[in-house]
Amino acid sequence: MSQIISLSSLQTIRPEVREQMKQTLADHQGCGTSGGSGKSSCGSSAGPADMAPEIWEKVKNHPCYSEEAHHHYARMHVAVAPACNIQCNYCNRKYDCANESRPGVVSEKLTPEQAARKVLAVASTIPQMTVLGIAGPGDSLANPAKTFETFERISKVAPDIKLCLSTNGLALPELVPMIKNYNVDHVTITINMVDPEVGEQIYPWIFYKNKRWKGRDAAKILTERQLEGLELLTSAGILAKINSVMIPGINDQHLIEVNKAVKSRGAFLHNIMPLISEAEHGTYFGLNGQRGPTAQELKALQDACEGDMNMMRHCRQCRADAVGLLGEDRSAEFTLEKLMEKTEIEYDLEARKAYQELVEAERQDKVAAREKEMAEMASVESDTKILIAVATKGGGRINEHFGHAKEFQIYEVSTAGAKFVGHRRVDLYCQGGYGEEEGLDTIIRAINDCTAVFVAKIGGCPKNDLQAAGIDPVDAYAFEYIEQSALAYFKDYVARVESGELVHTARGDAQIRQGAFAA
Amino acid sequence: MAYKIIASQCTACSACEPVCPNAAISQKKGVFVINPVDCTECEGQYDEPQCAAVCPVDNTCVPR
Ligand code: SF4
Ligand code: SF4
Ligand code: SF4
Repeated sequence: MSQIISLSSLQTIRPEVREQMKQTLADHQGCGTSGGSGKSSCGSSAGPADMAPEIWEKVKNHPCYSEEAHHHYARMHVAVAPACNIQCNYCNRKYDCANESRPGVVSEKLTPEQAARKVLAVASTIPQMTVLGIAGPGDSLANPAKTFETFERISKVAPDIKLCLSTNGLALPELVPMIKNYNVDHVTITINMVDPEVGEQIYPWIFYKNKRWKGRDAAKILTERQLEGLELLTSAGILAKINSVMIPGINDQHLIEVNKAVKSRGAFLHNIMPLISEAEHGTYFGLNGQRGPTAQELKALQDACEGDMNMMRHCRQCRADAVGLLGEDRSAEFTLEKLMEKTEIEYDLEARKAYQELVEAERQDKVAAREKEMAEMASVESDTKILIAVATKGGGRINEHFGHAKEFQIYEVSTAGAKFVGHRRVDLYCQGGYGEEEGLDTIIRAINDCTAVFVAKIGGCPKNDLQAAGIDPVDAYAFEYIEQSALAYFKDYVARVESGELVHTARGDAQIRQGAFAA
Repeated sequence: MAYKIIASQCTACSACEPVCPNAAISQKKGVFVINPVDCTECEGQYDEPQCAAVCPVDNTCVPR
């Protein structure tokens, strides 16, 4: 995992040093936006410059709400909410809720008591774990008793952990006061449509007011409840993120309408996720051959919705019991069985704080490095845009071996800056079942739209194959900061194109990985 | 006059348990079961059996 600073090093921090660190922090409050397009990759994509301070305070350490934070802070989900009150065509209820999780994944269900225990164990092992979410395996608000009991128990034992939940929105309006009472400050609603005609193709039925509603009637109720819930959250001062599943041919164009509708009702962030659809998941869409979008289709829609709303592109569609940084999953270390073996779990609030301060200092350093690189960019003139794939374990650094990467983070680089635009999962390919050559081919397909791939290390064989596919394998920036390196590479790239050493060619599309994930 | 749950199809999602107006549903050995003594098929209480209306697996909450 991404231990940027080891926990043991913490024990050696003297209080006066800690004070000093705090001072450094106060001097560079938050992370600045880096000019250019005005929307750097800081914050959800924005930084404090275009964000109210109280909002920045809420999101700055939240990996799901802040792209910047997701390199440094971890989250965990506890699967305490198995029931659901609607049916989605991309969901098979044998598995986790597909709104929040990747289809085909089964999480270990916990009681609220077990969940609280797990949170303690994880928080003591992973000091940068700052957020606890309830996202299933069904709908968190279709199980209000279990969900709120879990929050209650956790806020007692681990008061520094931020709470959040995800919901399909059907039961939301009446529960907003409860959500407020429990100090839940982030809520995610999955909204796939604002038009019942579109909705009836996504939701076969809902269970509402003691009745099963079908077709257009069901979709009409659902959209009204979702938008009402969103308005109530906004007026209660609770941050709302909207998830939308992009289903080509059904709601892909319509999501621009959805984006406008949620923006006007105060949604803080919009996250458009690709439909993941496979016959083996046994979902309606899977069985009927409904395809998911390609990487470029997804990016084009996200770009179209960007405008002045924050788009989230770093969502990993985590499983309902995920643990760790986004993109990694350590849930196997914290299974129920292992938890019950431990008798005493110590919760060291001070150590957690100190660790988080170190992370914060590293974050500031990273921003400074990027700003410096951007300043030099002022002299570069070019309208070229390239995508770069990065192998990273977190911390905002290029610190993963090509062959070990479970995913690649994708950055779009131009004179306006280096912007995080997504990630491509490749885990299955390097681990199971496939021959080495085949594995490499699938990685190349996953990052085929990239000009270069940044790695900490790479073997000779894959290097040649990547080059043959027109992707430049780069290990020169090993262990450096991603954004700074991407900007430096871009400057060099533009210079080489100008000198005639290189011809800039547009890259093709890339494939979004389907199928169940190990993590 | 009672409903039952086909155990082999139940995903143990628990959605049916709280919606039963007669508290006839409980968890046994991983899956959920209906106590036929308490079940009224929701007659006179709701238009449709609540467990069947909320269950995500078709034809899992059915008449005995
Ligand atoms: S809301 Fe989630 S759990 Fe419920 S049907 Fe939809 S995807 Fe499945
Ligand atoms: S039919 Fe009605 S009374 Fe019988 S178990 Fe189902 S919900 Fe309960
Ligand atoms: S709602 Fe259906 S699947 Fe869920 S526990 Fe009840 S019978 Fe089982």
